[in-house]
Amino acid sequence: MLGLKYNTLIVLAGVSLLGASAGMIGSFAVLRRRALTGDALSHAALPGICVAYLILRERNLPAMLLGALASGVVGIMVISALCRWTRIREDAAIGSVLGVFFGLGIALSRIIQGLEGGGAKAGLDSYIFGKTAGMTRGDVELILIAALAGLAVVVLGYKQFLSISFDADFARSLGWPVYRLDLLLMSLVAVAVVVGVPAVGVVLISALLIMPGAAARFWTDRLATLLIVAGLFGFAIGLVGTALSATFLVLPAGPIIVLTGTALFLVSLLFGTRRGLVARVIEQRRFEGTLGLRRLLRAAWETRTSAGNARFSRDDLQARLAWPTRKLAVLLNRATIGGHLRPVGAGHYALTSAGEVEALAVVRGHRLWEAFLTAYPEQASGAANLASLSIDEYVSPAIAQELTAELKLAGRWPEGAT
Amino acid sequence: MIAAAPRRKPSGLSPGWGLSAYLLASIVLGLLLLRWQLGQGRAEAESVEPRQFVTPLWTIAIGILCNVSCAVLGCYLVLRRMSLLGDAISHAVLPGIAIGFLLTGSLNGWPILLGAMVLGVLTSVLTQAIAGAGRVAEDSSMGIVFTSLFALGVILITSLAARAHIDPECILYGQIEYSAIDLPPPGGWQVPRLAWRLGAMLAATLLFVVVLWKELKIVAFDPALAAAMGFSVPVVHYCLMSMVACVSVSAFEPVGSILVVAMLIVPAATASLLTDRLGWMLAWSATIAAASAIFGYIAAAWLASSVAGMMAVAAGVQLAGAVCLAPRHGLVSRWLRNFALAVRITGEDIIGRLFREEEAAGARSQESRVREQEMRNKGQETEPPPLPLSPSPSLPSSVPPLVAWLATWQLRRRGWLTPFGGLTDAGRDAARSLIRAHRLWESYLDTYFDLPRDHLHDAAERMEHFLDPELQADLDAELAGRAVDPHGKQIPPATSAGASSPVPTDSGKH
Repeated sequence: MLGLKYNTLIVLAGVSLLGASAGMIGSFAVLRRRALTGDALSHAALPGICVAYLILRERNLPAMLLGALASGVVGIMVISALCRWTRIREDAAIGSVLGVFFGLGIALSRIIQGLEGGGAKAGLDSYIFGKTAGMTRGDVELILIAALAGLAVVVLGYKQFLSISFDADFARSLGWPVYRLDLLLMSLVAVAVVVGVPAVGVVLISALLIMPGAAARFWTDRLATLLIVAGLFGFAIGLVGTALSATFLVLPAGPIIVLTGTALFLVSLLFGTRRGLVARVIEQRRFEGTLGLRRLLRAAWETRTSAGNARFSRDDLQARLAWPTRKLAVLLNRATIGGHLRPVGAGHYALTSAGEVEALAVVRGHRLWEAFLTAYPEQASGAANLASLSIDEYVSPAIAQELTAELKLAGRWPEGAT
Repeated sequence: MIAAAPRRKPSGLSPGWGLSAYLLASIVLGLLLLRWQLGQGRAEAESVEPRQFVTPLWTIAIGILCNVSCAVLGCYLVLRRMSLLGDAISHAVLPGIAIGFLLTGSLNGWPILLGAMVLGVLTSVLTQAIAGAGRVAEDSSMGIVFTSLFALGVILITSLAARAHIDPECILYGQIEYSAIDLPPPGGWQVPRLAWRLGAMLAATLLFVVVLWKELKIVAFDPALAAAMGFSVPVVHYCLMSMVACVSVSAFEPVGSILVVAMLIVPAATASLLTDRLGWMLAWSATIAAASAIFGYIAAAWLASSVAGMMAVAAGVQLAGAVCLAPRHGLVSRWLRNFALAVRITGEDIIGRLFREEEAAGARSQESRVREQEMRNKGQETEPPPLPLSPSPSLPSSVPPLVAWLATWQLRRRGWLTPFGGLTDAGRDAARSLIRAHRLWESYLDTYFDLPRDHLHDAAERMEHFLDPELQADLDAELAGRAVDPHGKQIPPATSAGASSPVPTDSGKH
């Protein structure tokens, strides 16, 4: 098929599936700020594998996976016990468990190597970097089963997971068993880690857990979309990374896959539509433009009113706004193109009729805001984004009328406004 | 509370004693075990020659040098809640090593250290940059940065490995087993080369800590204050990070990058359970790291296992020991303290109840009380008339029987309870002070807080056990000698001698 060898197809399928499931499950770890717990978990799984091997004295995949899962979960429980019962804080607890469990794993694996010579360590030496090329059909089936099981749990508990991911206190107030749901989530992470470690290795599996979720966060604000996007990202990372590593055979596959993920993350960081840097810069610029135009119109209206003359010069505006010349020029240009101002002679402008209406609305809104915040200063913090909000959306009509009357009394009400 | 806590009185031994005893015991036990191990499997007649000690001792010494430098710096990471940054840095310096090697073609010397420092600072900077610019949670951004740098390092090193003599597995696991044999050419001092290098690293670490002692301390405990006092927190932070990177790199050869994490964090976390003072924490951390090296080596030699792995396990065992047995913060001692407190409170509840019953009985038979008073005035020291008391004062059913039994035993031993279950004079004094504390607190709450009457009792029931005579006097002064509590009961006067106060004066904060 497609001229690819059977082995390559198996590896491609396995790593992509693994990426998809780790990406989806890992999104929860990212949202719950447990990203590094996954790292600790993957390290803590090593002693379990070794103990299973020491007991059975043979390479038995299910037993070793169970051992890994068990010691990973024990590691998680030790972390939470240390945080709960002693003064050791979470970061030190995670680090301690990671270091000690991994040390134990290395010590045990060295004992195993000593027992029966070099051949016996099969399966353990690939724990660090992973052995992507050695993936078999059985491994892929296992990954598929784990991925489907994870998907099923996520779909069934979607509502609960949604609320503990974003607001654990709220979930607790609804009476949901937050601690047990958390443990369930971490067990899902543990399953993904345990089936994934043989493929990409212990350090790099945490990259597969974190990167898709963190990258997907730049593209969406909805959990369902986030999970799907993260799954797709994981899938893509696995596919592209494996393909790349098949091209550069000299290099280990695990790190190549991780660097593919890094590239995807960086692209999302820059170009993500919701939170990406470029999107945010564009948004910021557009906002500043709108704001600037409004200030320009207000200055134009005020200059004209105070001078009692329909036309006003650029220098008048400059004196009122104290903007850099360049910014003023750009905005004047934009207002002219937008049909709010029209040039009258050299360096002089007048408001068009459309500009007149717009300027009046802007001035009215501004004066009402001023009056409102003078009368109710304690509300300033409540209206977080004052500049983008229209006063009529924020205050009730009764208060607006009251403020209008006040302004009229003070003689600051713009003539002609409704 | 913001107010500075009073300096704790040293209880018996100064902290130095425990530390020295632990260190000495580790060394002696370690030497004995080593001697026994070397004697294993040989005939009785053969004795262990001193020569055979040399290699194990050098291995242990190298382990100690490496672990202690990690453990000292680790204290600051743990205090600053940045343990995982240490983890990240120890993985992320890998490309620094590769680049340093690429530039100089040697695995020793300054370029490698420089590369590591650059990468260490870079890890920290990138983590913060991604967390800030991308609004990613700090832990996710750290995870992304260090796995990426680690992957980059692995790729660089594997592609170099064909040309150079670098073994990726060695960088991860460490090869302390072979380091002691790596001696300079015969003649002169037979000190392993690694020992020189790690010794220099340890000296640099100690120098760093001593020179920047004040800065590191204030940044570790109160970065905001440090900034307000004009210390540059980022500069101190990046200095620390580059030291961590240097130490990680120089520890790669003996213990490997992943176990550096264990040595950075575990001894420091253990030490934080044993002391509250920074200096002692550093000393404890170093001691625990040294003990990990000693026992880790012995266990590894015994089980034919990895020395580095066993060192991490030895550190973990000590952490577990400290979690259980630490004098102040350990689980056992905390449980014992809580138990002792429960016994004391139960005992005080018993005498308080007896006192109230006596009071109620006294109110019923006013005349008998008057008679008793008259007899006292005449100086006749007769025993008080029998009071209608229940033989065993009833306690809330939530009190476990053992606690109740111990509380009664304690009261008897102090001579506060008669064999028939009544109060002795001393017991009555103690109970009076307790009831005084209770009613003073109720009056205080009633006067100064706007609480409903039925909310006063429970609060006072808790506070009464913690108000010593000094505080009672303060409360009395606040209340301007108020005589009755809000429920209309008499506040008993203070006993003349504070000796029989139920509240030990040194029981401080809770």
